[in-house]
Amino acid sequence: MKAFAQLMEALVFTPQRNGKLRLLVDYFTAEPDPDRGWALAALTGGLSFPAAKAGLVRGLVEQRVDPLLFRWSYDYVGDLAETVSLIWPPRPGPDRPPELSEVVDALADASRSTAPGLVERWLDALGPPERFALLKLITGGFRVGVSARLAKTALAQAFDQDLGEIEEIWHGLTPPFTELFDWLTGGAGRPVIDDRAVFRPLMLANPLEDADLDRLDPAAYRAEWKWDGIRVQLAASGGERRIYSRTGDDLSSVFPDIAEAMGFDAVLDGELLVARPAEDGDAGVTVAPFNDLQQRLNRKTVSAKMLRDFPAWVRLYDLLFDRSDDLRPLSFDRRRQHLEAWFDRVRPARMDLSALVPFDRTEDLHGLRDGARAAAIEGLMLKRGDSPYLAGRPKGPWFKWKRDPLILDTVLLYAQRGHGKRSSFYSDFTFGAWTGDRAGEGELVPVGKAYFGFTDEELARLDTWIRANTKDRFGPVRAVTPALVLEVAFDSVHRSTRHKSGVAMRFPRIHRIRWDKPAEEADRLATLEAMIVLG
Amino acid sequence: MAISPTPRGEDWIRVTEAGLFVEPGGFHVDPARPVDRAVITHGHADHARPNHRAVLATPETLAIMRARYGDAAGGTLEPLPYRRPITLDGVTVELVPAGHVLGSAQAVLTWRGCRVTVSGDYKRRSDPTCAPFEVVPSDVFVTEATFGLPVFHHPPAEAEIGKLLQARARNPDRAIVLGVYALGKAQRVIALLRAAGYDRPLFLHGALLALCELYREHGVNLGELVPATGRPKADFQGQIVLAPPSAIADRWARRLPDPMAAAASGWMRVRQRAKQRGVELPLIISDHADWDELVATIQEVEAAEIWVTHGREEALVRQAELLGLAARALRLVGRDEDGEDAA
Ligand SMILES: [Zn+2]
Ligand SMILES: [Zn+2]
Repeated sequence: MKAFAQLMEALVFTPQRNGKLRLLVDYFTAEPDPDRGWALAALTGGLSFPAAKAGLVRGLVEQRVDPLLFRWSYDYVGDLAETVSLIWPPRPGPDRPPELSEVVDALADASRSTAPGLVERWLDALGPPERFALLKLITGGFRVGVSARLAKTALAQAFDQDLGEIEEIWHGLTPPFTELFDWLTGGAGRPVIDDRAVFRPLMLANPLEDADLDRLDPAAYRAEWKWDGIRVQLAASGGERRIYSRTGDDLSSVFPDIAEAMGFDAVLDGELLVARPAEDGDAGVTVAPFNDLQQRLNRKTVSAKMLRDFPAWVRLYDLLFDRSDDLRPLSFDRRRQHLEAWFDRVRPARMDLSALVPFDRTEDLHGLRDGARAAAIEGLMLKRGDSPYLAGRPKGPWFKWKRDPLILDTVLLYAQRGHGKRSSFYSDFTFGAWTGDRAGEGELVPVGKAYFGFTDEELARLDTWIRANTKDRFGPVRAVTPALVLEVAFDSVHRSTRHKSGVAMRFPRIHRIRWDKPAEEADRLATLEAMIVLG
Repeated sequence: MAISPTPRGEDWIRVTEAGLFVEPGGFHVDPARPVDRAVITHGHADHARPNHRAVLATPETLAIMRARYGDAAGGTLEPLPYRRPITLDGVTVELVPAGHVLGSAQAVLTWRGCRVTVSGDYKRRSDPTCAPFEVVPSDVFVTEATFGLPVFHHPPAEAEIGKLLQARARNPDRAIVLGVYALGKAQRVIALLRAAGYDRPLFLHGALLALCELYREHGVNLGELVPATGRPKADFQGQIVLAPPSAIADRWARRLPDPMAAAASGWMRVRQRAKQRGVELPLIISDHADWDELVATIQEVEAAEIWVTHGREEALVRQAELLGLAARALRLVGRDEDGEDAA
């Protein structure tokens, strides 16, 4: 438990990704099985103990500590596990501190009536950092800034393995991952995953540069719309139905409407969207702006109302497996034929095919891309007809070509300190637009926030400017004199009730800093509102 | 109505806008604004304010006030060493060590047989830079409550210094920039490092130099201290640099190679608080009593009444009640809510 607690503690306080990676690599190499496997499970969210939940922890502490003192302490600290780890008044006893694996085994076997006694004895035997780690195992949510991806990257580094190989088998493995570590440490072969409902790493596209376009042979490429949803992989086999995100996170429980429609045996690649029946009585659907999908993504549990108001849809791009046939080595054109035939045969609900967009010359692509103003289209995808489906981001076969961003001149209003390497700089910027009928009239209302799009030199200059023009300070935030114009680029804008301005931008970033432009000449909110494109 | 022969605390000491006022003596203790006569417990800015007409304090506290405020330290400055009681208009004033910082004192006030001890800020741990706290049995004990929540337990300071030295050894390419308060914390941390056998030069932000010099003049050995200015970045690799807390994650620290922000404070016990400040290496070292010490002290002084002045008053009052002690919170204005000056 001690090494695990130390790892968690160090991860909390190490801001840099590389620092975290080093800590994880050290831990995975030094710790024995099965402890390191349980730690991996804790980090990747794979542990849960039905017999021990937050309520048990609260109950225990209220027997030991005055409830009022506990409440005030909890209010101050703000985290249940941390409060209890600090406030716990240990009673001396014969118990020795348990190992991580003992804790996991015992909790897995415990019942609701035996779990409290176990946890109480452990709390008495452990010091505050270990108590914290123990309580976080129970309440969940370590919040140490480690994604599943980072944990897997650490495994790949620690044992000099290919990350893709680990990803490929990951979803077929279960804690404490003994087979995985046996393979990684060289004691056994790569675990065989025969379940086809596992995640297969996706093929990703590179942004299209001008030079690429000049070289591109129009006859060799196929074009599709780039839909503004989230990339998913649908994997269904033998009753298992999984919806994976681009990084392999399991979204199945968030989208039961899609899972229900997956009564087939195949692995597909597509774009998850919110879509409603087309209004003109057409058979098709109208794709809703990304913001609608966001409503679904923000929820852990899905209400009937959410399912009704924000119906999910998948636009299919590719077919990776048809039953047990691995189609990935085939060319895009052949896979497309398979996909179309498969779709005709299966006709799954809540899905359609991503249409191929015909074109003859590369010049045609410009017109297509710029003409695509529907809110749900981000631009074009270009895929080589003869390219197999390759994991990762190979250079050449697939390009994404986003349409030009929208641009707005805004005024800097607030600046906040950044994190990690940037923590001594004001690097998160909130900017506003004028509410009046003409620029410079009315008030400036915040319309968005951006924290990238500038060079290190620009950041240093912005930082100096902000310190010299501070009007007010609220903790890490400074309000500045509204005098600096930021040209902001963004992909789209939609209505939002969560923002005072009534609008929200998608992917805002600083395009240019207009040191020369007076704030009165910045844009109006009305200009931004006119950029909203519905469905 | 019969008047009892021995007065109670509240009969002669009350809270005014300036702070705690000792009526028969005509003086305030640690007043928040300029007054005619002030007794000052210690040199932290929220206790020792400038511009009183007459100040009574330990010689060390007066030296600190002079160093901080110059001519504004006060009209007349009267030194009163520890354990040398004097009488001001019938009120006996005696200063007894509080163990908080150099020169820090509890003001033990006696009038007509009633003894009220105003402890200022205090801690119970040993500190090589100041005289240790002494328990004074009193009728009323006035206590701070900066760390007055049962989540605050300060681990042994020596173990925290061990973490600092370990971090330094593990990161030979980085500089550790350690946030410390200028009065008390800086010197204690330095003395603890020396006691742990760390005898390399320590680099100091300019704001810390004067008070370190003052401690040295009072016989506290701090080893070699060097201003952290005008040197190439590489000179700071593997070094420990001390600076005021506000400087560790700010522009000042950019002169250092890949600086690791550290902070020595009782607040570092709470992760979220350490993280908010961008601290990568939190060290729980405090010059205030932690919860256990507060609770032990209010029992040891055997007072009939406990008055709680600043910090988390409500929790300590609650704990006193659970122990069967009479306690109440004094609402004093002008105390630094979070004890940021020296926690
Ligand atoms: Zn103080
Ligand atoms: Zn204080």
